[in-house]
Amino acid sequence: MGNVVIDVMLKPEILDPQGQAVGGVLPRLGFEQFTEVRQGKRFVLTVDGDVTQEHLSAARQAAEKLLSNPVIEDVVSVRAEGSAQ
Amino acid sequence: MKIGVVTFPGSLDDRDAVRAVGAVGAEAVPLWHGDADLRAVDAVVLPGGFSYGDYLRCGAIARFSPVMEALVPAARGGLPVLGICNGFQVLCESHLLPGALIRNDHRKFSCLDQRLVVENAATAWTSQFEQGQEITIVLKNGEGGFVADDRTLDELEGEGRVVFRYAGDNPNGSYRAIAGITNERGNVVGLMPHPEHCVEPGYGPSLDGLPFFTSVLQAMAQA
Repeated sequence: MGNVVIDVMLKPEILDPQGQAVGGVLPRLGFEQFTEVRQGKRFVLTVDGDVTQEHLSAARQAAEKLLSNPVIEDVVSVRAEGSAQ
Repeated sequence: MKIGVVTFPGSLDDRDAVRAVGAVGAEAVPLWHGDADLRAVDAVVLPGGFSYGDYLRCGAIARFSPVMEALVPAARGGLPVLGICNGFQVLCESHLLPGALIRNDHRKFSCLDQRLVVENAATAWTSQFEQGQEITIVLKNGEGGFVADDRTLDELEGEGRVVFRYAGDNPNGSYRAIAGITNERGNVVGLMPHPEHCVEPGYGPSLDGLPFFTSVLQAMAQA
């Protein structure tokens, strides 16, 4: 059993109110060194056996078609779990 | 005249949309998300609510439901379609309309009587308004901020495809205060505020929702 890990982030120019809300709390907890927080999404797609190039290719297509909205989001990473980012 | 109203899992305002269709003397036809069948309707309303729990992104899962497989080509072929609130989000996710809706910039759910300016009175859903007319209808959403890149925004403005713009304070951070848009052909309209809640005396701030539905009746009569 292997996993494909897909990371999706809002495009840099799109406002991220959730990230702002999280960022607003950090200083109250003493974390004052972080100037901005942006929140993204991680999807983990499980396959039978090891992750192959075909799995990665299909996962990239799924990421473009369903898992992200290209108007507001970027697929920043599609990789086999355990592989280098 | 038959106007279909789609029910997705999590739709909330489908019943009100059905009432609004009846209020102008048309026959409301319930359409089910799981059926790729438009039941020979002359127009379709995608109602507000939280289809599929707003999981993934608002409207993202509804886009791939069987009823949308039938609706998307029909809309491209000229079928009048009105997307209200979550319905607008579904239309954007389906690429029938450009742009996307994101969380309100102030991060709170908005529920208010909203003033709008009608900037395009030539669509299938707005012909019974006057160009520049100000109307007041209900706005209620958490993710109503309309966003698109500058090129798309310029194109929408240049082609007169901004149908409604917020008057007064911008309630959700929508780029250029855009409340509703249309496609090139003017048959598909999406907006965040809710005309279907403003069609009967005693409910809502006005009866300004009625012309949406009388407009489409006229468009259907001419088709």
